[in-house]
Amino acid sequence: MGLTISRAVQWSSDGDQLENSPLNNDILTEILLFTEGFEDRHPQEASIPFCEPLQWNTSLEAADFTSDIYNTRGESAVSLECDDKGRPLLQLSPPAITVHSFYHLSNLLKLSKDKKMKEVWACLEVNREPIKKIFGPISPTIHKGKLFSILHQLDEKLLSIAVRPITREGRLSPAAVNTEVDLLKRENRVLKSVHYTSGLHYAYFPPSPSLLDCRVENSSMTKSEVYKDIVTLLKNQSPHFAAAADEQDFAIQDVPSAKKILHVETVDVEETGQTLKSYDHEEKNVPEKLAWNKPGSRNKKLEPSLKWKNLGLTSFYDEEEEKARRSRESKKSPGPASENKKKANFSGSSLPGCQSSQKTKSPGGADDFSESSSEDEEDEEKPERRAEIPTDLPSEYWQIQKLVKYLKGANQTATVIVLCTLRDFNLVQETCQLAIRDVGGLEVLINLLDTDDIRCNIGSLKILREISCNSLIRQTIADLGGLQTMVSILDTPVKELKCLAAETIANVAKFRRARRTVRQYGGIKRLVELLDCLPDSVSLSAEQERDADVARCGALALWSCSKSTRNKESIRQAGGIPLLARLLKSSQKNMLIPVVGTLQECASEKSYRIAIQTEGMIEDLVKNLSCDNQELQMHCASAIFKCAEDKHTRDLVRQYDGLKPLVMLLNKAENKQLLAATTGAIWKCSISLENVAKFQEYRALEILVGLLKDQPEEVLVNVVGALGECAQISENLATIRKSGGIQPLVKLLSGTNQALLVNVTKAVGACATDPENMPIIDRLDGVRLLWSLLKNPSPDVQASAAWAICPCIENAKDAGEMVRSFVGGLELIVNLLKSQNKDVLASVCAAIAKIAKDVENLAVISDHGVVPMLANLTNTVDDKLRRYLAEAIACCCMWGSNCVSFGEAGAVAPLVHYLHSKDPLVHQATARALFELSKDPNNCITMHENGVVKLLLIMIGSTDAILQEAAASCVANIRCLALANDKAKNG
Amino acid sequence: MQKMSAMNRKLIQNLAETLCKQVKHFDKRETECLIRLFSGLLGEQAERRAAHGLDRVRFRNILHNTFGMTDDMMMDSVFRAFDKDNDTYISVKEWVEGLSVFLRGALDEKIKFCFDVYNLHGDGYISREEMLQMLKDSLIRQPTEEDPDEGIKDIVEIALKKMDHDHDGKVSYSDFEKTVKDENLLLEAFGNCLPDAKVEITSNYFCM
Repeated sequence: MGLTISRAVQWSSDGDQLENSPLNNDILTEILLFTEGFEDRHPQEASIPFCEPLQWNTSLEAADFTSDIYNTRGESAVSLECDDKGRPLLQLSPPAITVHSFYHLSNLLKLSKDKKMKEVWACLEVNREPIKKIFGPISPTIHKGKLFSILHQLDEKLLSIAVRPITREGRLSPAAVNTEVDLLKRENRVLKSVHYTSGLHYAYFPPSPSLLDCRVENSSMTKSEVYKDIVTLLKNQSPHFAAAADEQDFAIQDVPSAKKILHVETVDVEETGQTLKSYDHEEKNVPEKLAWNKPGSRNKKLEPSLKWKNLGLTSFYDEEEEKARRSRESKKSPGPASENKKKANFSGSSLPGCQSSQKTKSPGGADDFSESSSEDEEDEEKPERRAEIPTDLPSEYWQIQKLVKYLKGANQTATVIVLCTLRDFNLVQETCQLAIRDVGGLEVLINLLDTDDIRCNIGSLKILREISCNSLIRQTIADLGGLQTMVSILDTPVKELKCLAAETIANVAKFRRARRTVRQYGGIKRLVELLDCLPDSVSLSAEQERDADVARCGALALWSCSKSTRNKESIRQAGGIPLLARLLKSSQKNMLIPVVGTLQECASEKSYRIAIQTEGMIEDLVKNLSCDNQELQMHCASAIFKCAEDKHTRDLVRQYDGLKPLVMLLNKAENKQLLAATTGAIWKCSISLENVAKFQEYRALEILVGLLKDQPEEVLVNVVGALGECAQISENLATIRKSGGIQPLVKLLSGTNQALLVNVTKAVGACATDPENMPIIDRLDGVRLLWSLLKNPSPDVQASAAWAICPCIENAKDAGEMVRSFVGGLELIVNLLKSQNKDVLASVCAAIAKIAKDVENLAVISDHGVVPMLANLTNTVDDKLRRYLAEAIACCCMWGSNCVSFGEAGAVAPLVHYLHSKDPLVHQATARALFELSKDPNNCITMHENGVVKLLLIMIGSTDAILQEAAASCVANIRCLALANDKAKNG
Repeated sequence: MQKMSAMNRKLIQNLAETLCKQVKHFDKRETECLIRLFSGLLGEQAERRAAHGLDRVRFRNILHNTFGMTDDMMMDSVFRAFDKDNDTYISVKEWVEGLSVFLRGALDEKIKFCFDVYNLHGDGYISREEMLQMLKDSLIRQPTEEDPDEGIKDIVEIALKKMDHDHDGKVSYSDFEKTVKDENLLLEAFGNCLPDAKVEITSNYFCM
């Protein structure tokens, strides 16, 4: 009954009265019959007193209470039966009547005779939620349980009555909905799925940037809306769907069931039962339905229109709302008669603002979703999650809503007063932010930006700047086209206004779509123009200081925008780099932070790295490493980190004495972001050996080893990377050992972070090249750990592990025995020869060459088919792979018939061609392999046929002794065979 | 005629010499321009009144045509603020001094000027009633509400709460000064009485 009374019964437009409709009649008749017969059917339950009595104004009089269970006195009547507090269970004092149990309700109806229907009508009109009255707010107790289930049955019966007119049509809607949903999925691929859950609908869309999955929650709203079809419904519920749908230009008319009217009702979460009902109605039913859906029947403050307006879905309101809104906006203008002239701007320009918000839906469309996926998003667009409005809102909420209401109808003077008052609230608090948004305050604030009144512009931006720290607000501002307006404000001559607009853009452009909008409306170019000022002369005039502030705000906005790859390019094209370089000379920290922040963000692009080097910015970056602001230091270090991939940049860092400050920064280990940036810079700088020497001098290695424990992974990656690079100098290997670095390094081998594992394996490999380190690694079972990393899914880790295994085998005592002890290890490494990754192949070949030095192991890998697998790889043009492949082949020839097998597998001819390579290291390895292979006569013939002699003769002339010897020996073998052949023929 | 204008020029130059020393923001050439403008405006005025200076109607025309002011009450108040000796005419001295603040005034001078404008009764305080009078047309009346002026009254209370630092129920000069210094936007809190910021920035055409 509760559910049906609240939902299905049709209320009149003002919400106070039951409508006199056939449906209501049916429902009420059912209730009447139920109640009247209740006493007879359920005598026991009938006597259970209600938690709260049902009260209404009756048309009965005392004289009507003829039954002897009632006591009449004058005009009033009471029941003889009382509850446990002594109150009579029925009490009439005309016209009010109070009833406490079904027993008396039943009786009363029986007594009412022909007025029965009228009584039920009157009772339900004032008792909207009889269930709540009967059971109270808490769930029914056990003895009331039976009563509850009886009422529940009634409820279901009523529901079936309520849906009967629809089901009678014979086109059951769930099926129709499914057809449409399917069509949307299949034909247009806009919709991924729709979930119908209790009070919530979810719609998921494919994960393309503009169609980020969007979720709409209606949990807190008890509202109903009628939608023409599912597309309209989804459009109304989801801006993303709307945008996508528009692009695709739906022809929903093609859907067979398109003419159906989908009725969607949402109900309170706590209520059970069917929540998404779809009805099929004749068109003529619509007006009636709409009337009943008028807001105000129950929930006046949650008008749906406001909600959807907030999402910028202006184009999808029904016309009536649009009209209402227009008139509201135009009302803004007339104001006082004498101000008409000025105020004309208010209304005149506020409309384009709205329209542009509609227009913006399209340009974002298909043009560029290509922003690099790797770019880090601080604030990826989240599906709108409308938190349930808590019941006890602070008074600020209502005060703000009142102020926003005034704002909608105020002239400039009052607008400024209201704006200044709004700023006095704590706008950092989410309640206040959402209070502004919930009553459409953002629309008003953004409209104010379109006016000519500078004070209104400033006041509005000051608020927008504050509240745009909230990501929901940011998205709404973008949806409403606020960014376009702010971008155009950047052209104003008023500097304060420029600053505010840029700062607000900086706040809003924290997500990709907003950044794209800024670019598409020419914002990047304008923001770059803001940077044009003299950063730091000795004394600045007041005007110059204001210019500097404008530049600072511009840099802040560019910093936010620079998180998108295309914006980086736009900043460069707009000539931003030299301007940033000039601002970098500033001594103001608040200027430097956004400037360096932008630079380090952009340094992910090669063009910027080159520019940072050639425009002389390294010097300034290095200088600021020694400042006293950790954020600035972090950005500087981070910029160096990204730029120091380039050798010349690394040299510049050293030449400007940047290495020492970097090492000093290692002491600020408590700031992890700073530490990550610093260690990153050290890592990249240590790629140059000259820099490593400096780091040795500053005793950086000892500090780095100390950072191997208890650090976040992003720090560890860099620390280990730096150690790996420093280990290029052999004396550092001892330093690492002496400062206790080997143990933590080996321990890190059991981690899972792939970037970290690549660096750790490299560092451990480097350590293993020192014979004194190897026993420690061996004791810590480091080789086994390395070996198990060959199973890692990442090819980078596989390769890095295989490289690290090489020096381990070379330097370990009893290496052969150790390798054999890894169960399945040899098979594993041989199978890696099937990898597609060149680096993995090269590293595994190198490892196999080391393994094959042990004859027993060579026998095992031969059994695992190493020969044909190596032979398979010979047709490569990659010099690195050629070198290690040739080495592996040379080493593998030492066993059994491998030498012959290589020839049979066709490995010889390609090897001969390796001698054409330009890499001398390839020559050496190849010559050695050819020498081993030339021990088989057939191979010699193949080599000779491929013109090896001439090539080898050149190699003999090399300065590399090993190459000389191998080449000469190979030629000797071939010559021997030829001589033997001659002898056989002639002799 | 020729002779007279020559004499006039001499007179004007002398006057400019004296006046530009008394006002802050204009040099001699600018003062001269303003005086010339003033006498031009006077010339259009009926002879009889010319002796006293610019009358209210003519002054209001300037405010309206040159500075785009529209509010009758504000224009009258600005006139009063210019007319320091309260003789209902603006003398050449009042004209130059007034414009000095009006066009070029520093924040402090403008605060004083605006306060004078808003101080309708001239008692040194801006009272609730004065605010109500100045803001009476600043809000669209909601026909649905019982008291259509309720919104305005509320705005007045809001403004008073924001400005009345000493809680005496009215805004004194020091209240006003403190408020504006905290938030410059509130300089013209009760109505437009200064030239548009854009006019200030883009030109000083008035003195050219």
